Amino acid sequence: MNWQAIILTLRLALTVSAVLVIIGLPLAYWIAFSRRRWKFLVESLVAMPLVLPPTVLGFYFLLLLGRGGAVGAWLNRIFGVTLPFTFAGLVVASVLYSLPFAVQPLVAGFASVDRKLIAASALLGASRTRTFLRVVLPLSLTHLITAVVLSFAHTLGEFGVVLMVGGNIPGVTRTISIAIYDDVQALNYASANQNALFLLIFSFVILSLVYALNRRAFFIGTVQ
Amino acid sequence: MFLQTSLKKILSALTLMLCISAVVHAQELRVAAAADLNFALPQIAKAFEAQTGTKVLLSFGSSGNFFAQIQGGAPFDVFCSADMGYPQKLAAAGQALPESLRQYASGRLVLWVRNDSKLDFERQGLNVLLDLDVKKVAMANPEHAPYGRAAVAALQRAKLYDRLKDKLVLGENISQTAQFVTSGNADAGLISLSLAQAAELQKQGRYWEIPPGIAESLPQGAIVLRQSSSPQLAEKFLDYLSCPAGKKILAQYGFDVTTAESSDAKKCGEFTK
Repeated sequence: MNWQAIILTLRLALTVSAVLVIIGLPLAYWIAFSRRRWKFLVESLVAMPLVLPPTVLGFYFLLLLGRGGAVGAWLNRIFGVTLPFTFAGLVVASVLYSLPFAVQPLVAGFASVDRKLIAASALLGASRTRTFLRVVLPLSLTHLITAVVLSFAHTLGEFGVVLMVGGNIPGVTRTISIAIYDDVQALNYASANQNALFLLIFSFVILSLVYALNRRAFFIGTVQ
Repeated sequence: MFLQTSLKKILSALTLMLCISAVVHAQELRVAAAADLNFALPQIAKAFEAQTGTKVLLSFGSSGNFFAQIQGGAPFDVFCSADMGYPQKLAAAGQALPESLRQYASGRLVLWVRNDSKLDFERQGLNVLLDLDVKKVAMANPEHAPYGRAAVAALQRAKLYDRLKDKLVLGENISQTAQFVTSGNADAGLISLSLAQAAELQKQGRYWEIPPGIAESLPQGAIVLRQSSSPQLAEKFLDYLSCPAGKKILAQYGFDVTTAESSDAKKCGEFTK
């Protein structure tokens, strides 16, 4: 079993889900409640990774954020940071790639909250933040859990972007999916099988746990 | 409440992750290597580790791909290519140390089939590929794999390229090309002798070395990269490749080391623990 790759993958998936919650909540809130006419443009932009192949994202990532790229050169000059072929680079690319998996469930959750409850909260003098934290978010709890799980799972199984942006460096950017690819290339089918089976069982257990938890949370919510 | 505590947990997990990723690794050498070294190099790395205590981290792929990644800033110390051209270009572009460039071996192109194949290449040579039973022929992508270019050149010299064009499937590198054949998805493959002689492939099939008049051998170069944080250590690794100990392993895996450069005896003397 390739523990190094497994731990690296878990670290990546956890970091990406955490970042996506932080970015996803305000973004989803804006999409759900904004009345701007050009809102549909932002919605399309967020959904792009669903349609585009990972190679396109990886390619533009390398062009823009690589050492020679406009943003990459700037980052390097000001902060001394290089993103391609580093763990931080993988996080940035994966966050972009998994963005719709976090944002879309949240938008659906926020939009399904009864507007009367929000209005009532406002009438009772609660600020917008308070209303969001005490009314909107608790009522969209199942959607939040779904968002986190989907981002986590999507990052766990990611391959194309990681290979293009990460470059297969052991302990830094060689995630489990790439280690499996490597094993297959080296005709090491036994090891490929072990790692693949681990990923399969692990994903199933995580998803089952979360869906079970989700049901309970929903159940408690309805009782209250 | 549940929500706030879980948000807090997520945040602290994030901070922890970021801290862990900041930890820097100790004495390590990162080597980007052509896929034809997939079996020989792990052995060499192990022997080098035993001699020097330096951990060698290997990444395998097509030489052209690594060439592009190194230009994009990929943090490798050493690049072992399957040709001389890519390392030379890196040296010319100032991304590798020109004086460290050396030819460490020559590779040979072979035709490989599985044990269950009835193709008689001993008698028919490359013409065997015209057989109607041969539906797909695997070779590496000539765009970025030197063995792919060698395969195209060999087929052209044998005047077969145009007739076989529709049967060709391209692997991303020479390892994937071999895997296309072992998995039964292609009927024959043009791969490197070094892979054909690896135990895993020897069990599963047989090969025919394409004679020198049709396929030239591929001189392969290795070089220390400019951005290497430990160029001396990287240089030492290349020395090891060019010393009898390293050459012996390369030769075992079907590389021709007779034309390769040799390190001087004094340097090789360090590796006799």
